[in-house]
Amino acid sequence: MSRAANAPRSPFIAPAWITIASIVGLVSALVGDGVFDAISWLVFGSLVGLFIRAWIKRERKR
Amino acid sequence: MQRSTLKAWFLVHKWTSLVCTVFLLLLCVTGLPLVFWEEIGHLTGADPDVAPAAVGAQPQNLDDLVNQALSQYPGDVPLFFGWDDHSPSVYVNTGARPDTPPPEMNTAILHQYTGEVLPAAQFNEGVMYFIYRLHTDVFVGLPGMLFLGAMALLFAVAIVSGVVLYGPFMRKLSFGTLRTGRSRRLAWLDLHNVLGIVTLGWAFVVGITGAINTLAKPLEQAWQTEQLGEFAKRYEGRPRPATFASLDAAVATARAAEPGMTPAFVSFPGTGYSGDHHYGVFMHGNTPLTERLYRPVLIDVETGEVTARPQLPGYMTTLLLSQPLHFGDYGGIVLKVLWALLDLLTIAVLVSGLYLWFKRGSTEARVTEIERSGLTAEAGVAR
Repeated sequence: MSRAANAPRSPFIAPAWITIASIVGLVSALVGDGVFDAISWLVFGSLVGLFIRAWIKRERKR
Repeated sequence: MQRSTLKAWFLVHKWTSLVCTVFLLLLCVTGLPLVFWEEIGHLTGADPDVAPAAVGAQPQNLDDLVNQALSQYPGDVPLFFGWDDHSPSVYVNTGARPDTPPPEMNTAILHQYTGEVLPAAQFNEGVMYFIYRLHTDVFVGLPGMLFLGAMALLFAVAIVSGVVLYGPFMRKLSFGTLRTGRSRRLAWLDLHNVLGIVTLGWAFVVGITGAINTLAKPLEQAWQTEQLGEFAKRYEGRPRPATFASLDAAVATARAAEPGMTPAFVSFPGTGYSGDHHYGVFMHGNTPLTERLYRPVLIDVETGEVTARPQLPGYMTTLLLSQPLHFGDYGGIVLKVLWALLDLLTIAVLVSGLYLWFKRGSTEARVTEIERSGLTAEAGVAR
């Protein structure tokens, strides 16, 4: 296994991607209609989806 | 991260959150119906359904529309005239005097093509206006707005400090970890973290743009003093004209001066938006971005000629662009629904934060918990 694969992933990777995606989503619908609106919907829908996924996969047992 | 640094960030997160949470809850709860203000207005009948213009029909003369509106409110003077971009209707704000503040204004909605006065509720009355005032200034005007702006800034600091604490807490955990089978407190802590990170970018931008919006009045006043004051000086010592040139002709002149744009609204002399001697015809573009960016065309109310077409200063552009980013009204009903869902998730972040504060132990224990990703002895304690 490579050294890179063994390196621990930074816990800030997910927040960084979420921030970038949120900015894209916020700006997209402002730039234009049609496909630009759809990009915003996709981004924010995915964010809500991330929470739903976490809730479905929650650890219920001790 | 050193324990002392972690402790400092923990205290920043704790106190900035504590101070702003109750007010943020108020803003999030009142903001929820405001996202759907337009739809609620149509459903309740507060906003009239406007019949489409007949084929080949021509818009009514604007001066006639203003006179029609004034006939509804005898003794009033015209303040603002505006177009609805989504229906063939126009609005006319009137008031007892030229500097009538918005809460005291009267409004008439008219069909642009028939001149008919449409049965519409006043914008400054009713449940939605009550919620709006609660959301923007808690009924105390500028001090209330600035206070809520300060709370929004504290919220932004709480978000940043929360992200800093998220790093060491999640060091040994996968993204999206929700441990609901151990202690109740750990479940709420994980929920707080997951929701906080999912809403991170959205909540930060909506918070910051909300803070910018609270500066609307001071920024508008600065713009009026600086830029409009410059043009007003040319008319120093001259009384405000008693009779005005045709509004219809003034708007036509402004259209000719800015051919790529359409008029959004017109301010009458004395309203503070165009001095005492001008119509301010505020032109805008037709894309989601350019429809927010106004270009004022100042028309002399006596001669009907263009005096100036000043560019809005950078701070006014920032203010105007921050409005859609706060309201979420620029991507159709789907974006509004998603905006509302993210608002609900933010409410859950605030509530979970309050729960964690009520169930707090010592600061040292909480810092240790963050260092150990919540894998403390308490994690295994029964609910």
